[in-house]
Amino acid sequence: MLMPRVMPCLLLKNGALVKTVKFRDPGYIGDPINAIRIYNEKEVDELIFLDISATIEKREPPYKVLSEIASECFMPVTYGGGVRDVETIRRILSLGIEKVAINSHAVDNPDFVHAAADKFGSSTIVVSIDVRRKLFDRYEVFIHSGRKGTGLDPVELAVKMERMGAGEILLNSIDRDGTQEGYDLELIKTVTSAVGVPVIACGGAGKIDDFRAAVKESGASACAAGSMVVYFGRNRAVLITFPEREKLEAVLS
Amino acid sequence: MIVIVDYGMGNLGSILNMLKKVGAPAAKISSETKDIEQADKLILPGVGAFDTGMKRLRETRLIGLLNEKVLKARTPILGICLGMQLLTKISEEGELPGLGWIDAETVRFRFDPKQSRLKIPHMGWNTINIQREGTLFKDMYAEPRFYFVHSFHVVAHNPEDVLATTEYGYDFVSAIQHGHIMAAQFHPEKSHKFGMKLYKNFVENA
Repeated sequence: MLMPRVMPCLLLKNGALVKTVKFRDPGYIGDPINAIRIYNEKEVDELIFLDISATIEKREPPYKVLSEIASECFMPVTYGGGVRDVETIRRILSLGIEKVAINSHAVDNPDFVHAAADKFGSSTIVVSIDVRRKLFDRYEVFIHSGRKGTGLDPVELAVKMERMGAGEILLNSIDRDGTQEGYDLELIKTVTSAVGVPVIACGGAGKIDDFRAAVKESGASACAAGSMVVYFGRNRAVLITFPEREKLEAVLS
Repeated sequence: MIVIVDYGMGNLGSILNMLKKVGAPAAKISSETKDIEQADKLILPGVGAFDTGMKRLRETRLIGLLNEKVLKARTPILGICLGMQLLTKISEEGELPGLGWIDAETVRFRFDPKQSRLKIPHMGWNTINIQREGTLFKDMYAEPRFYFVHSFHVVAHNPEDVLATTEYGYDFVSAIQHGHIMAAQFHPEKSHKFGMKLYKNFVENA
């Protein structure tokens, strides 16, 4: 049977792996290639790499690092960060990366998502949406690595992006990022009930039961985890790890 | 030499990475006539729409040469994803005829995603039920699972061609083999040790 996917969501900055808390204070984790080798051994379902400074520093994606990543990954890989035009996507895919995630440039230019899905197929195009909870239980979409508010409602944006041809939505809660306090289940549910494409829950995963809740209670098709798969224990010692398959199957199937 | 046929569709780099990983002696991504002529094995990859794939094969003027290699010279070939569907005669996704090397057709998943809890595309890791070991599943690991992304699937007209089936709403054909012509609907190049074993079998035993 088809199992809901669980995937490490790894952040890149200047070619190194880092981990943020609420999109701030990137702490050094290590070398991405070493991490991939461990995730290969653990047979993780997929990997997501996001370069958190490419857009704000107006840089191109780190093609050299991506090429090394692609040649080591024997599972599907999504890359996001500084993906601003069709040519950038073509170049990323040519390295052996399966999917690209578009975030800031999807908000600035929704037609770009349409053009990208048209050219490379919807299953190649992920739109990632970063969300902050506002007063009175309202939500707002932020871009530029959480630095720039848009005034947009995440549900409206997700519906629009699906219409533009996005094949998946990576839904990230800025407030939960790095906290390991569990996903924002309400946010996930409002989005999954509005769109037909798969939604990947992201931000807050701290234990296996959080995956169950995102999938079974909130309708997520897949779960991403950050701190949980790069840290160990209360003092957040760096340890590249991943839950055992049997344990995931027990809660997800 | 193994040639991964480059007709502008899909993720060829990851197949080449996998072939290197399983120790294929020589492998190359190419659309050049001379490379394909010399190939002793072929891989037909592909991601995207059926008609776009057939059009691109036509535009690169490879169809005649591939027919010659596969049907006359009986060069082993492995189709992947869209590459599997192109081996069939027709597809509900398009108007153009397929390569027609396998007596089969390509159809849409027979359920309405709006009425079903199952989404289309069928995306993610799914198990396969091996019906026949064939070339690809020799000594395969227990409980094999592979990564899928597709909205259409193959229906084989000859049950003896079916190597494996997978359940998504119902059982569909996820791998096929007719003599030296074989194919998988999933992406073995993205399927960890299971995919490595499959490519190793193709490299060593096809």
